[in-house]
Amino acid sequence: MPHFAVLLAAAALIGAASAASAGPTLDQIKKRGILVCGSNPGIAGFALPDDKGLWSGFDIDFCRAIAATIFNDPTKVRFVPLSAKDRFTALQSGEIDVLSRNTTWTQSREVGQGFEFGPVTYYDGQGFMVRRKLNVSSALELSGATICVQQGTTTELNLADFFRSHEMKYDPVVFATADEAIKNYDSGRCDAFTTDMSQLYSERTKLGNPEDHVILPDIVSKEPLGPVVRQGDDQWFNLVKWTHYAMTNAEELGVASKNVDDKLKDPNPEIKRLLGSEGNFGDGLGLTADWAYRIIKLVGNYGEVFDRNLGEGSKLKIKRGANALWTKNGLQYSPPIR
Amino acid sequence: MSAPAFVRSASAPDLPPPVPTAGPMTFVRRRLFAGPAATVFTLLAIAFLIWAAPPVARFLFVDAVWSAPDGGACRAPGAGACWAYIWRKAPYFVYGSYPLDARWRVDIVLAVGAALIAWLAARRAPGRAIAAALLFVAYPICAVVLLYGQAGLGLPVVPTDLWGGVLVTLIMAISGIVLSLPAGVLLALGRRSKLPIVRALSVGFIEVIRGVPMITVLFMANLMLPLFVPESWSPDRLLRPLIGVALFASAYMAEVVRGGLQAIPNGQFEGAMALGLTYPQRMRLVILPQALTIVIPGIVNSFIALFKDTTLVAIVGIFDFLRTVDTARLDPQWAGPTITATGYVFAALFYFVFCFGMSRYSIAMERDLARGVSN
Amino acid sequence: MSAQTGGAAARPRIWNDPFWRGLMLQGALLAAVVALTWFVAGNAVDNMHKRNIPTDFAFWSNPASFDISQTLIPYSATSPNSQVFWVGLLNTLLVAALGVILATLLGFAAGAARLSASWLVARLAGFYIEGVRNVPLLLQIIFWYNVVLAALPDPRGAVALGGVVFLTKRGLFLAAPVARPGFSAVWIALGVGMAATFAFRAFAARRQRETGMSAPVGAVAAALIVAFPLIVYVAAGQPLDFDIPKLRGFNFVGGMKLSPEFAALLFALTLYTGAFIAEIVRSGILAVAKGQSEAAAALGLRPAQTRKLIVMPQAMRVIVPPLINQYLNLTKNSTLAVAIGYPDLFNVFAGTTLNNTGAAVQIVFMTMAVYLIISLVTSGVMNAYNARMSPRER
Repeated sequence: MPHFAVLLAAAALIGAASAASAGPTLDQIKKRGILVCGSNPGIAGFALPDDKGLWSGFDIDFCRAIAATIFNDPTKVRFVPLSAKDRFTALQSGEIDVLSRNTTWTQSREVGQGFEFGPVTYYDGQGFMVRRKLNVSSALELSGATICVQQGTTTELNLADFFRSHEMKYDPVVFATADEAIKNYDSGRCDAFTTDMSQLYSERTKLGNPEDHVILPDIVSKEPLGPVVRQGDDQWFNLVKWTHYAMTNAEELGVASKNVDDKLKDPNPEIKRLLGSEGNFGDGLGLTADWAYRIIKLVGNYGEVFDRNLGEGSKLKIKRGANALWTKNGLQYSPPIR
Repeated sequence: MSAPAFVRSASAPDLPPPVPTAGPMTFVRRRLFAGPAATVFTLLAIAFLIWAAPPVARFLFVDAVWSAPDGGACRAPGAGACWAYIWRKAPYFVYGSYPLDARWRVDIVLAVGAALIAWLAARRAPGRAIAAALLFVAYPICAVVLLYGQAGLGLPVVPTDLWGGVLVTLIMAISGIVLSLPAGVLLALGRRSKLPIVRALSVGFIEVIRGVPMITVLFMANLMLPLFVPESWSPDRLLRPLIGVALFASAYMAEVVRGGLQAIPNGQFEGAMALGLTYPQRMRLVILPQALTIVIPGIVNSFIALFKDTTLVAIVGIFDFLRTVDTARLDPQWAGPTITATGYVFAALFYFVFCFGMSRYSIAMERDLARGVSN
Repeated sequence: MSAQTGGAAARPRIWNDPFWRGLMLQGALLAAVVALTWFVAGNAVDNMHKRNIPTDFAFWSNPASFDISQTLIPYSATSPNSQVFWVGLLNTLLVAALGVILATLLGFAAGAARLSASWLVARLAGFYIEGVRNVPLLLQIIFWYNVVLAALPDPRGAVALGGVVFLTKRGLFLAAPVARPGFSAVWIALGVGMAATFAFRAFAARRQRETGMSAPVGAVAAALIVAFPLIVYVAAGQPLDFDIPKLRGFNFVGGMKLSPEFAALLFALTLYTGAFIAEIVRSGILAVAKGQSEAAAALGLRPAQTRKLIVMPQAMRVIVPPLINQYLNLTKNSTLAVAIGYPDLFNVFAGTTLNNTGAAVQIVFMTMAVYLIISLVTSGVMNAYNARMSPRER
């Protein structure tokens, strides 16, 4: 397909030309030749390095998608594992370009601390895990319990709210990392472990005998998780936002990594605009017209990424639930590309 | 003529033989059961040993699991220390996540460093000045280039967040000492300076740093250093705690060096002045060579303290040796109470061997200095 | 007779004149420091503004909205962040104060044991001292927490000691004394006893100075401080109840609780600092010249008297300054609480509050200032002590 190659080269040239006018963050990333992404140090399904230091997971794939659209190479990203305590300072200090680390979007984080939250990539809520033998069926029965929780998270604050609003007492035991919290829950330091539901499922797989633990049905908070960037660089913010939207739009339009090359010939104008064969929607992002094509081709659409990291294709087997597309009674709804 | 009464006619009875001053029985009598109090204490100590020693020995050796494919054998009831785990995780403890195919670079750095330190530490080796120059100037630069990589030399870059384990612990400790020694000398001279502003600044720095916990200094370096410089200079994640460690060590080093300066008799200062030497000459040629020689044991002691203190970088998210040991226990394959305990015991042995070895060296050094052996 | 020193030629050049040269050097240094401060402050203000990091102290009165497991003063999630500061500071001071007391006891015992006539005891003490001193404190803290305390049983299988102390991995539960009305008499008795002891000590010291006669201060003190309040307690009808912890629901309820975090931190700090104190005590005792105890023996003093009247007073002069230094180290080392989640000042204030409010610069500087003030006050006290205790030359 020499024609396509020429198109790509031309697009690359345009990309290079437009780089001069790109925002400071994107400029810096291009100059550096690698994206730096803040990630969770280890939570199955979302971000986990294997023995060789190769990262995988839902949050990881989001960064790979950004790298794919910038460099046409999803491996051009360096992951900086950050504790919940360190993550915001790392972003503030400019050490990372984007924070993709199951971070809850809250008003004070966005308004008070100078961050910009991208779209919600995962709708989550906080829950509790307890030992099966305690015979507890609801979080409302946890009065007097000792609860392991991670420090510096909204989880810690929600926990306080939940017990205060139900006038129950509890003993918080606070740890710097989720790993330590779950380890101490497992060793019996606490009766219950609390964190976001998705993480409860993932942590449960790591326990000695997952069957001995139940996840209580109560969801005590809203946890919209998404990527975070610094305020003040709108173009970079747009690029991060639209990386997600491209992936959800692709799922909605039935474009996946396997069929994306075929879909280039699809007459549907929405698909044409998504894949850049009509119009140049990458320009405003500091990218080439086929910006979304690269994401879908190299990383996949939202459904694929969800499935292989969290859903049926993974060990966690989390249902789509609120994270299904709006067309399937979920909350994932993205603005159109036009 | 009878013999005078005071002349003994028969020999006196033999005195009992002197109490032997050597041999095991003497030792028992004089060192274990001399007097009632000592006897009671010795018996208590024996009781303690009988109570404590066998379980410890059983845990560490008899019931220990020496080789196993995973944690299963170590989780079995009655299993002791899980040395198999240490063996399996040893590469991670030494290199952290440093890429497998580039670990030879770490090996070279560690081997050369060990050789240089051995050269410098051998008390009668020739050319120790050369060793010092190599260790304090050439080695750090070469080590950084080799470890970090340099595309021009065909060494791919290994970002510092992959570094870990013993490598990072040694980097922290050695660069801490290499950076803090010159800084400490300057601060000590500043503290003893006759110029009030120089003195005030030195005293202020030294006392503030010595007055706060090390972890707050590390926290400041980690959180606030990036705020203090223009965005584009933002220091590397490993460099930040390193700066914190160096600042902290400098203040303590300054006090060690000050002790040496105070021990130099005034005549040395006056003599050097009478020879017409300038201040830098006086310090470089007369005072510091003497003062630094006196404080070598003190420097070794601060190095020991620094070596132990480097574990604090784990709290600001650096994967030093202790952190790798603490993280490895989270591996579900190797989860288990005895496995965790083994990891910590191993870490404790590692630090003990280093620190105790250095403190013995420092004591030997002190003895040499007291005898006036020139080095 | 000519005023040969007056000529301009004899005046040193300005850069050779020590006075001017010093002035210029200091001026340059000061300028450099001011420039650096200016640069740093400018960048900090700039960066913080750009990243919307708060630079004021509004956070101080905002609600903290998180809970703390151990609070010595009233605290709830609705309390302001300032309350977090005080809660954390008190928790720091609690563990430091207990640590100082226990480490001193342990250190003096181990230091004496190191010099014991029994070789075995001396070796065991040496083993403890060298073993503990050469292993990082952080490692010891996490060892006690993750290995030893985690091995204790669940509340349901608690190890009960005499029915009043329960050891579990949730913590140590102790029977808590609850005063009934009338217990204040015991407090008054204790106060009277202490005042009387103080007076008796002053009297005994003066009498000894004047007449050389010694008095059994220890026995009298024990009678006044321990026996007298005890008699009053019994006489008042034992006005004290014990709240014995009971297993209810998930956990023990009632009584006093020592959390595992607190226990591990206190234990590790005590062991670690105790080893350093032992070395200080040992070298302090060895620093007293042998002739002193030989002379005391020649005067007919018994060994116990020699220790108490001759050796220890002189050894203490050597021991106290580094001892105070160890107390400071212990207080500073208590910040390692952060590794196991004990809610000390550093952990809750410079940890959670910092994280929730983003006010990094203010909080880190405030935290450093607290420790700095503790250090400066302590060294001030120590300097005063040194001035008082330095041997008066005659």
